[in-house]
Amino acid sequence: MTASAAREARAVAEAIAREGYGKLVALLASRSRDVAGAEDALAEAFAAALEDWPIKGVPRSPEAWLLTVARRRLVDRVRRARTAESAAGDLAWLAEELASVPEPEIPDERLALMFACAHPAIDAGIRAPLILQTVLGFDAATIASAFLTSPATMGQRLVRAKRKIREAGIPFEVPGGPELAPRLADVLDAIYATYAEGWLDPRGADARRRNLADDAIGLGRIVVALLPEEAEGLGLLSLMLHAQARRRARRDESGQYVPLAEQEPGDWDGALIDEAEALLLRASRLPGSGRFQLEAAVQSAHAARRRHGRSDWSAIFLLYEALFASTGSPVVAVNRAIALAELRGPEAGLAALDTVSSDRALDDYQPYWAARAELLARVGKTDDAARAFERAMGLERDPAVRRHLDRRRNTLQPAKPSETNAERRVESLMVEKET
Amino acid sequence: MQFMLLIYEDDAARVAHMDDWMPHCGAYVEAMKKAGIYVAGERLRGVDATTSVRVRAGQTQVVDGPYAEAKEQLGGFHLIEVPDLDAALAWAARCPSAARGAVEVRPVWPL
Repeated sequence: MTASAAREARAVAEAIAREGYGKLVALLASRSRDVAGAEDALAEAFAAALEDWPIKGVPRSPEAWLLTVARRRLVDRVRRARTAESAAGDLAWLAEELASVPEPEIPDERLALMFACAHPAIDAGIRAPLILQTVLGFDAATIASAFLTSPATMGQRLVRAKRKIREAGIPFEVPGGPELAPRLADVLDAIYATYAEGWLDPRGADARRRNLADDAIGLGRIVVALLPEEAEGLGLLSLMLHAQARRRARRDESGQYVPLAEQEPGDWDGALIDEAEALLLRASRLPGSGRFQLEAAVQSAHAARRRHGRSDWSAIFLLYEALFASTGSPVVAVNRAIALAELRGPEAGLAALDTVSSDRALDDYQPYWAARAELLARVGKTDDAARAFERAMGLERDPAVRRHLDRRRNTLQPAKPSETNAERRVESLMVEKET
Repeated sequence: MQFMLLIYEDDAARVAHMDDWMPHCGAYVEAMKKAGIYVAGERLRGVDATTSVRVRAGQTQVVDGPYAEAKEQLGGFHLIEVPDLDAALAWAARCPSAARGAVEVRPVWPL
């Protein structure tokens, strides 16, 4: 074994672990429905590859090699287990598994795996972590720190969810017909939850969370590649790319928070915006509207500032109207009120906020209190505005945003506020919270 | 895979309306039989006819009533053979009792 052969073997194995992991797990688990078993068998196959390849050379199709070895391990495992616990149901897939010959092109079952992970029978809170683990190969500790929970708790929840997939008989397939849209919505929600977690770390400074937004976009790309005719999948990818295009611009060089209205459109990533716009256009030509297309369209109306210097507030208001009609979400109502304030003034915005102020879900929703504070400042109610800013600060977990809110509170003027500045400040609140 | 569909609904209402509701349930069972997925099933008498048995410290305790007191009780079951959970859930959703109470879908754990 030469050092260079070992290096090459390791490099090939690492590349497959990075790019092809989910494909191999998906294929191995699709018949047995045993995700944990598939992961273990694949880990053993990788270990065998690192022993075998440096001596015998990297095989012509390393993925097929790994698949064959992992299949053998999977079948051995079931044969051993059958003595302890009879598994008549395993016999059918076992026969298929043994009969399957290595395909020249490894079929992509990752979408089926995602649908299994985001099945309605799986607890909604564990769907995104489960997809990250099975499709992208993250370990429980990495996922736990990304989702700010303990590794032990996350590990247990992942194990429980995988057991449920196997024992409850959750299928590994992309549902057809009328089932597809609602089930796809669950998959997209899980991907978006992943993106939202990553978004909370705007500078990518937190090493543990840095890639979560990129990973979510990667998952979105898989969905779009495998279901190119599903408008909502395109909508989600467009939404994430729009947000991603502005991610860096949310901080200045010194790490201070820069609200949307004060961002220079030149600091946005033009290539990502162009891609996002193209995806949204593609989605608009397909049947089926939905939440993600509407939210992507809101982002598109903000991106209009690149060309026209101002966000398209009447479009944004109408889009939030449509979103509110379909979701009834108080969060959407807050954004709609902010758009209304831009169109008809702060009194109209405040009146719109008052219509949802009794919703307890908004008690601890920072953007509601920040929006309220800005609008109160604009109508000259500075004391009320100060209290609302303070409440918003207490609800914000990002210190840079807290500092921004504090600066805003300290610049409150008891006299008539300047209309143009205040207008810009209200706009600044939009879209900073994506969910 | 075999799944047990366990039917839970308001026990008093179920017993009172049995004659009205039974034809709908019968049609549903016929549909399952035609689809070739039906293994077994029964309706059960109400909680008034129910007795629970516990053995504690070697003593058999016989108590009038169900395992747990609740308005909604197990009222019957269907055992079906389908390829996966989605198929079982689709059949459960067609059960007339699902519109009134709930149908619990439990995979059979083969011996």
